[in-house]
Amino acid sequence: MNIIVCVKQVLDPDIPPAKFRVDSASKKVVPPEGIPPVINPYDAQAVELALRLKEKHGGKISVLTVGSNGADKVVKHAISMGADEGVVLSDETFEGSDSFSVAYILSKAIEKIGEYDLVLCGRQAADWDEGLVGSVVAENLGTSLVTLAEDAEAVDDGLKVKRVTLDGYQVFVVPLPAVVTVSNEVGQARLPSGLGIISAARRQIPVWKAEDLGVDPSLVGSTAARRKLFALSVPARERKCEIIEGETPAEAATKLAVRLREAGAI
Amino acid sequence: MAENKGVLVCGEVVGSKVAAITAELLNAGKKLKDELGQPLFALLIGKDIEEGAKEAIILGADKAYTIEGPAFPDALPEIYVSLVAAACEKLSPSVVIMGQTDMGRDVAPRLAAKLKTTAVLDCVALEVDPDTKVLLQTRPAYGGNATAVWVTESQPQIATLRPRSVAAAQPDTSRKGEVESLSIGIDDSAVKGKLAETVKAEAEGIKLEDAKVIVAGGGGIGGAEGFESLKELASLLGGTIGVTRVPCDEGWLPLTLEIGQTGRIVAPDLYIAVGISGAPQHMAGCSGSKCIVTINKDPDANIFKESNFGVVADYKQAIPAFIKKCKELRSS
Ligand SMILES: Cc1cc2nc3c(=O)[nH]c(=O)nc-3n(C[C@H](O)[C@H](O)[C@H](O)COP(=O)(O)OP(=O)(O)OC[C@H]3O[C@@H](n4cnc5c(N)ncnc54)[C@H](O)[C@@H]3O)c2cc1C
Ligand SMILES: Nc1ncnc2c1ncn2[C@@H]1O[C@H](COP(=O)(O)O)[C@@H](O)[C@H]1O
Repeated sequence: MNIIVCVKQVLDPDIPPAKFRVDSASKKVVPPEGIPPVINPYDAQAVELALRLKEKHGGKISVLTVGSNGADKVVKHAISMGADEGVVLSDETFEGSDSFSVAYILSKAIEKIGEYDLVLCGRQAADWDEGLVGSVVAENLGTSLVTLAEDAEAVDDGLKVKRVTLDGYQVFVVPLPAVVTVSNEVGQARLPSGLGIISAARRQIPVWKAEDLGVDPSLVGSTAARRKLFALSVPARERKCEIIEGETPAEAATKLAVRLREAGAI
Repeated sequence: MAENKGVLVCGEVVGSKVAAITAELLNAGKKLKDELGQPLFALLIGKDIEEGAKEAIILGADKAYTIEGPAFPDALPEIYVSLVAAACEKLSPSVVIMGQTDMGRDVAPRLAAKLKTTAVLDCVALEVDPDTKVLLQTRPAYGGNATAVWVTESQPQIATLRPRSVAAAQPDTSRKGEVESLSIGIDDSAVKGKLAETVKAEAEGIKLEDAKVIVAGGGGIGGAEGFESLKELASLLGGTIGVTRVPCDEGWLPLTLEIGQTGRIVAPDLYIAVGISGAPQHMAGCSGSKCIVTINKDPDANIFKESNFGVVADYKQAIPAFIKKCKELRSS
């Protein structure tokens, strides 16, 4: 089974909240110094699912990312996990693209690769948390689509995919090629192996530009975006915390109960 | 291009009644209707939805459209999408809203792709900019670290609304409105896969979303056994338990109890957070709680900043004493 995984580089979602800043005037997130961006965790999980499918059914795993300088790092991360190859899709004209343009660029690259059975995306990119790109790629390619997968396996008539729902799950059987978006329920992504890291570091990751892909410049970049940011802020979630103290943890907890009773909370 | 007009609520039905989210969408839709000065439509797809359509009118729709067809979740999403897309082409609404539900989060992006527009998912507020009349779509981003307000520059403007972010519309039985059945056939060429199975895990006890009291445990609990005391506390207070991502990853408790950005969004009266550091992805799911109480042994844990009451302690000593005192207080 030949699998293409779309991976995005994002601001590390595990940064301490105190380090997260936005510039409301320019409506931009200010990347914290000294904290390098990472592969979107859901995309690492998509690579994980791809690796499990490859272990069972054979085939090749290619990864694609739309990004600028340094985006080869996430491709290398996927390769160090066990993916076979990858490409960075990068062009000045791509700057400021929205989900639809990114999906368009990815679809062009997928068509250029040509031979594929399955495209895996993350359920959402942990920066803007939009959850759109995978569905749009499927629409562009005209393939079947299952969102929010927690598991998948190849069957005679295609791919059997378990989709997470709020109170359970659904099982779909879809013909290949298909696009599947992967949810965190697939489980933790494996860490890159030492050997994987060394061999990935040596790899030269090819870059495909707009003209290599046959991308129409009027359909990408900020001018083509169908949605624009109107405002960006950090939500005010702070509360005034009353710390209840005591000689011992037990005493503090006892006082807490009394205080909550007074406050009418219990 | 003809001008798009009207706010279209894509409803969901449970049996013959509209789902709770649909009543919320209709309430949100009523506000948009007033702000835009455009009519409010409801669209219901399913079998025997006549009653639901009338209910949608009582809840504020000016007109309800029905399509006789397979209802979500039994329908394949691609069929559902093709029906909604056909309805949108017929009605040319300027705004389409659906719930951030199993249906909406799957259908909205596909619909947007089909209609060559975009979708803004999981909105917590929707309003119309008085100057430009565009829809301001507010949603969390960056795992709850940020709040983004998006505007859509194509038509229709499609958004999904997070359940319980708006109150349900109140019924007004004096309202009158037309119900029209749209005859849209199912496009068989849209059908790609098949739905083999739908499994509902019956939630035991109180649903997290309905709970008035939640005792939530995190990585600090250290193992499945540690949750016994939290369960005891929860049942004493008439509530239920929830968890952060860590206990799920560790296999101590199932993911169905996860609270947060990718888990459940809860807003109980009382949220007791035990051994939880307060990552934004978790707080995104519980910050609507009326009162947040934290027990954590690290005085610098972020969660204290977002709590009303806190005790800096090891939960192993604190919880038994807390339970004991609660019992005393309750019996007195
Ligand atoms: C894309 C993405 C999505 C995510 N979505 C979610 C989500 O939906 N929900 C979610 O919960 N998480 C989510 N996470 C994970 C989240 O970022 C945090 O990693 C997680 O919430 C941390 O859980 P925790 O606070 O229980 O554990 P930790 O961060 O490990 O904190 C444990 C806390 O327990 C305290 N502690 C330890 N021992 C004791 C003791 N004996 N007594 C008292 N206190 C003690 C420690 O001081 C510490 O503060 C997501 C992460 C990513 C990257
Ligand atoms: N710039 C990108 N490069 C490659 N894949 C992407 C990019 N942006 C989004 N994706 C894929 O689409 C998924 C959903 O992203 P989004 O719709 O932006 O939340 C991600 O998990 C990735 O798999």
